[in-house]
Amino acid sequence: MFDFRIVTEWLDNLLNGVMPAWLATTLECVLIGVGLLTVYALLALFYIYYERKLCGAFQCRLGPNRVGPLGLLQSFADMFKILIKELIPINHVDNFLFGLAPYLVVAASFASFAVLPWGNGLQIVDFNIGVFFLMAVSSIGVLGILLAGWSSNNKFTLIGALRSGAQMISYELSIGLSIMTVVLLAGTMSVSGLVAGQKDLWFIFQGHIPAVIAFLVYIVAGTAETNRGPFDLPEAESELTAGYHTEYSGIHFGYFYLAEYLNMFIVSGVATLLFFGGWMPLHIPGLDGFNAVMDYIPSVIWFVGKAVLLSAVIIWFKWTFPRLRIDQLMAFEWKYLLPINLFNLVLMLIVVAFGLHF
Amino acid sequence: MVNIQEIIGKVCPEAVFEENEVAFAIVPDAKWHEVAVALKNAGYDCLTAVVGEDWGEELGCTYYLKSTADNSLVSVKVATTDRENPMLHSVSDLWKTAIFEEREVFDFYGIKFINHPDMRRLFLRNDWVGFPFRKDYDENPEINPVRLYHEKPDDVTSTYVEEDGKVVEKKVNVFNPGDFVVNIGPQHPATHGVMRFRTHLDGEEIKKIDVVCGYIHRGVEKLCEKDTYPQTIHFTDRLDYLAALMNEHCLCLCIEKAMGIEVPARAKVIRVMMDELMRINSHLLYFGTFCMDLGATTALFYGLREREKVLDIFEETCGARMTFNYNVIGGVRFDLHENFVKRVKELIEIMPSRLKEYHTLVSGNVIAKNRMKNIGIITREEAINYNITGPSGRASNWANDIRKTNPYEVYADLDFEQVTMEGCDTYDRYILRLKEIEQSIKILAQLVDNIPEGDYCAKVPKVIKLPKGHWFQEVESSRGAFGVYIDSDGGKTPYRMKFNSPGFHLVGIIDKITRGEKIADLIAIGGSLDYVVPDIDR
Repeated sequence: MFDFRIVTEWLDNLLNGVMPAWLATTLECVLIGVGLLTVYALLALFYIYYERKLCGAFQCRLGPNRVGPLGLLQSFADMFKILIKELIPINHVDNFLFGLAPYLVVAASFASFAVLPWGNGLQIVDFNIGVFFLMAVSSIGVLGILLAGWSSNNKFTLIGALRSGAQMISYELSIGLSIMTVVLLAGTMSVSGLVAGQKDLWFIFQGHIPAVIAFLVYIVAGTAETNRGPFDLPEAESELTAGYHTEYSGIHFGYFYLAEYLNMFIVSGVATLLFFGGWMPLHIPGLDGFNAVMDYIPSVIWFVGKAVLLSAVIIWFKWTFPRLRIDQLMAFEWKYLLPINLFNLVLMLIVVAFGLHF
Repeated sequence: MVNIQEIIGKVCPEAVFEENEVAFAIVPDAKWHEVAVALKNAGYDCLTAVVGEDWGEELGCTYYLKSTADNSLVSVKVATTDRENPMLHSVSDLWKTAIFEEREVFDFYGIKFINHPDMRRLFLRNDWVGFPFRKDYDENPEINPVRLYHEKPDDVTSTYVEEDGKVVEKKVNVFNPGDFVVNIGPQHPATHGVMRFRTHLDGEEIKKIDVVCGYIHRGVEKLCEKDTYPQTIHFTDRLDYLAALMNEHCLCLCIEKAMGIEVPARAKVIRVMMDELMRINSHLLYFGTFCMDLGATTALFYGLREREKVLDIFEETCGARMTFNYNVIGGVRFDLHENFVKRVKELIEIMPSRLKEYHTLVSGNVIAKNRMKNIGIITREEAINYNITGPSGRASNWANDIRKTNPYEVYADLDFEQVTMEGCDTYDRYILRLKEIEQSIKILAQLVDNIPEGDYCAKVPKVIKLPKGHWFQEVESSRGAFGVYIDSDGGKTPYRMKFNSPGFHLVGIIDKITRGEKIADLIAIGGSLDYVVPDIDR
């Protein structure tokens, strides 16, 4: 498999050869940042198109089909529209916090991007507590949402923010526990370690029953974490008009919108990392020919492809199910998901301790 | 009729009885409350309509009471000659539906109701000058210009109580200072129009709702008083736009009844078929919008997909997809389009499988069930007391279908069931409407091959004049009993025309059934009741 380290190391050596080390490092950081931003924006545009087309199919419609061939330019048009829209100033709001909130939300999802295993050797930060770091930075997002709801000085946004706070803090438990289940199996928290551990077989197959349960819990909790239907209570359109971002306009609203889509990608990306091998191709022990063929597909395509496919499931949820009510939402987490998760953790412990996994 | 005279005569010997299509009594205000109690005890447990009227000398109301046991109607006129400070006794303690009805009368005629808990204006702004439905109302635009500032919300309401023989005004707070009151509406995605609920919340829990209507009040009844009878028909389209043809139908029936016009058989069948198509249209949209209120957006498109087919049928025959103006006095405006039978047959064929699809998508879904079951319970007694007719009432096991209880046109000869359910909750109100689509399909299937030949409209005089008198006619519209009251002084225009809309009664019960529920439940309950705002505001 092509190792992207060859490219990055060549660039590193090149820069270090012509300039002092501190300048080279700074330049590399800038390059990475720009690259990441581009990927971030392009992915968001793709996701908007992707969701619209999928949802169109679910709803017996065509989806966007006017701007460009197959409507491909629709999300670009929408992006330009939202960029040139007026930012409407609101009276009686805390302007600093009001302006800060969307950036916090975007920053949280942006930081999570850095740890994802994009490809073989294509990872920005890789350290021994990678998954832990991912959980920590993605929780900053809830702060942004709470701030947005609070600083808007509007009763609807306040209710939305409180709902969001309650919901995200609760469901983070489930996410954390299901990640822990996998970490137990892998024996490492490092992202590259997790991927390397799935070289022969993905964790969802290695850990069989407890891994499948962990995956199901994760995908449900992950959907809740991204504030998407059927868990879209914080913005519940038919109840709270637009929930926490009711008062936002223009690009500030765009940031929330962007972050929602990117969070969906991150949730499916992490699921890919934990259960479906990250960038690792599908390997079946014993079928060497098949494995060799699979290796020819670039690792980036493996990772993004798996994540996008998993997102389809999350999108499918949203366009099929009605919304839960807040008390049902909380009961679901605390009365069902959490006990299942704890039980599952013990189950995984037994599986690992007695070597019952593949 | 004798029976009624006995009941009323016992408590009020001075009552005057007049010959009319329904039992009609004139009762002095002093005895009115006692008469009302006697009538209620005699089985007249549903207050169908309260029609305020200005008879020139007198101001007052005609109350239409219905017995749910035998579906007979009785009407009672109560009036006062005091035009300066008119007061009548309220019956809102007996029939809760009177709370809103009497507020409407107060708004239009300025009649204050003694012992009514909440005497505020209902539709007009609270800084409106005068009472527009009085015959001596000054329409000078300088008195009531288009005001460009916001009205201050009424946080204090009045109630008039009798103390030592004198009527005293008492002030009551609607909300207390410090209450967390959220405005749900007038611009809100789930209020289905410009409706405003001032909701007192404690966290997610609803403590009280103050309904504010009138944002699209157009004074249709007032406008009707200035138009000739054929000109009034198109207004009814614009009340409940999802029951437009039934509303037209009702008004035409009432005028035809007053004039004694016999409608040709073909027109009768066309009207019934159109009514049933309209009902399917309305219930399909209900399915979509209600599911969307619950957050299931996809269901909307499923409902709209089939609704398009119904609208296509309307478009071909009536020339419009909404606001049809299709019924005329004596029949219908145009004959059926040549594709009509074919298209209706197509619809009959696809609907059963599509209904199955709806049930698969929503009805069986665990989340949907949890959201709907045991939410917004209306017991049978409450449904009758608040006059919750139509599918919402039938979900509370009150068999109130006018098509069965007082059949009109050809409904008596048709084989269909009146669907009633016993759950009384949001879920049953939802399921019941889908079942009603099945029944409407059944009616269409019976009629589609048996449309009689002949005229589609009777010969009517060029100038429509109604004899002196008053009439009341009800039909079963998409969301309940739609009634038309016409009072004629023998001229070309109605002296008083009142549309008794089912939606109006539905909002009356919202405060009652949402207390203690969550915000999300308010949306679900509002969606399941299926009110249409122009129908409420008129």
